[in-house]
Amino acid sequence: MSLMTEVGQKAFNLGVPIAVHMDVTYRCNERCVHCYLDHDDHGEMTTAEIKDVLDQLAEAGVFFITFSGGEVLMRRDFFEIVEYARRLMFNVKIKTNAVMIHEKEARRIRELGVDTIQISVYSHRPEVHDAITKLPHSFERTVKAIRFLREQGLRVTIANVLMTVNSSDHSGVQELAAELGVQYTLDPTITPMMDGDMSVLSLRIPGEELKEVFRNPALVGNQEEFCAPPKPPSEEDLEGYSCSAGHSFCYISPYGDVFPCVQFPLPTGNIRQQKFLDIWNFSPQMKEVRSIQAKDLTVCSSCSHVGSCSRCPGLAYMEGSMRGPSTADCEKSFYRTGVPTANMLKQGLSKPRTMASNTASLIQIRPIAVPA
Amino acid sequence: MPETCIYIARSSAIAARALAGEMMVMNSADSTFFTLNEVATTIFQAADGRTPLRDIVRDQVCEQFDVDPEQAQADAEQFVAELSGHGILLVSSQPLAPETPR
Repeated sequence: MSLMTEVGQKAFNLGVPIAVHMDVTYRCNERCVHCYLDHDDHGEMTTAEIKDVLDQLAEAGVFFITFSGGEVLMRRDFFEIVEYARRLMFNVKIKTNAVMIHEKEARRIRELGVDTIQISVYSHRPEVHDAITKLPHSFERTVKAIRFLREQGLRVTIANVLMTVNSSDHSGVQELAAELGVQYTLDPTITPMMDGDMSVLSLRIPGEELKEVFRNPALVGNQEEFCAPPKPPSEEDLEGYSCSAGHSFCYISPYGDVFPCVQFPLPTGNIRQQKFLDIWNFSPQMKEVRSIQAKDLTVCSSCSHVGSCSRCPGLAYMEGSMRGPSTADCEKSFYRTGVPTANMLKQGLSKPRTMASNTASLIQIRPIAVPA
Repeated sequence: MPETCIYIARSSAIAARALAGEMMVMNSADSTFFTLNEVATTIFQAADGRTPLRDIVRDQVCEQFDVDPEQAQADAEQFVAELSGHGILLVSSQPLAPETPR
């Protein structure tokens, strides 16, 4: 076990929120076809409010903070926020489309001691990338920014969201990442939109293509190990928890709402009304999320994949129950191993039903009304 | 021969936070990650650039922990040299201004 994993486990066991993802804005200069956010500003936290939140997070023991959005640089005070966070000795990571990063911004990011910058690149073909972001020349600007950041010696990761419109481009993006000297990560997860619109889910790559991705050693490493049939679940598997959401990780929206994860839109409290630690320690919703073990899951507890599935409780929640299955993860487990999931067997399906045809109502991240 | 004074300050390139009495430290320049035990954490937290290391050892380490002063000083110097090698601590024979990200 690496030291980092050991520390993460310790924080999990102690219930310390060691990592927080904070969206500082939902505003954005791109209009990506798959984006789940409402880009209007419904009352973002001010600079002073964010600084106060950062003070509280430092006191709560948060070590890793990821600033994301929207596009973080749409906030004119973004570097002031990062500077404040670094003075409080957070490990800072930034997620950005980078189109507003030039030489000056890259230098500033280096001076501030930012750990990593994750940048979305959808294709190595400018016309495909720009068609996804709907911002002309965004590919050119993003790649230029990556070069500026690399010149400063900064660590950059290209995040490649895989969907129908770019599904054949991952090897090209991987080559681009190698040429730029940056890390590459691939994500086939498309999330429903904030307003409950699930039409974006039609952009999810079809199962057969997912199968090809899972059998590509360049993407998954040891393919045999990655695609191995699940082992029978052990007692330990059934006593286990889904992920760090609500245990050692949480998400804060630009409006101060606190959620167990960026992909888990269960409101647990608002930092404009309560102290962060009061929400973290005493929110009934947070406590409920924390209480769920694999053995408590309605369908998944009897699934052969329960010990190895990437089941996301947030996606399950969006489908109707945080204790229920997440269809997207059932699909991944099936196409990875070829072994049907308990959820599929229950529905008498030989292939997973895609989320696009699921009509379950969604509960989405919305600003919580704050009394004037 | 007069004893050389060592001053230590935390680098501005690092991130740090205490977790259950132990300090997690990460250098953003190369992502090296450390955890410091309680004694090392005490020295790290006292590294203000103005207090000589021997005073930190005498007034804080020896006060808080049941350790032999000479051994504590030797261990502290070794610890400081190691963290300085990883860019976590700045070491000087003159007082240092504490670094903060600009």
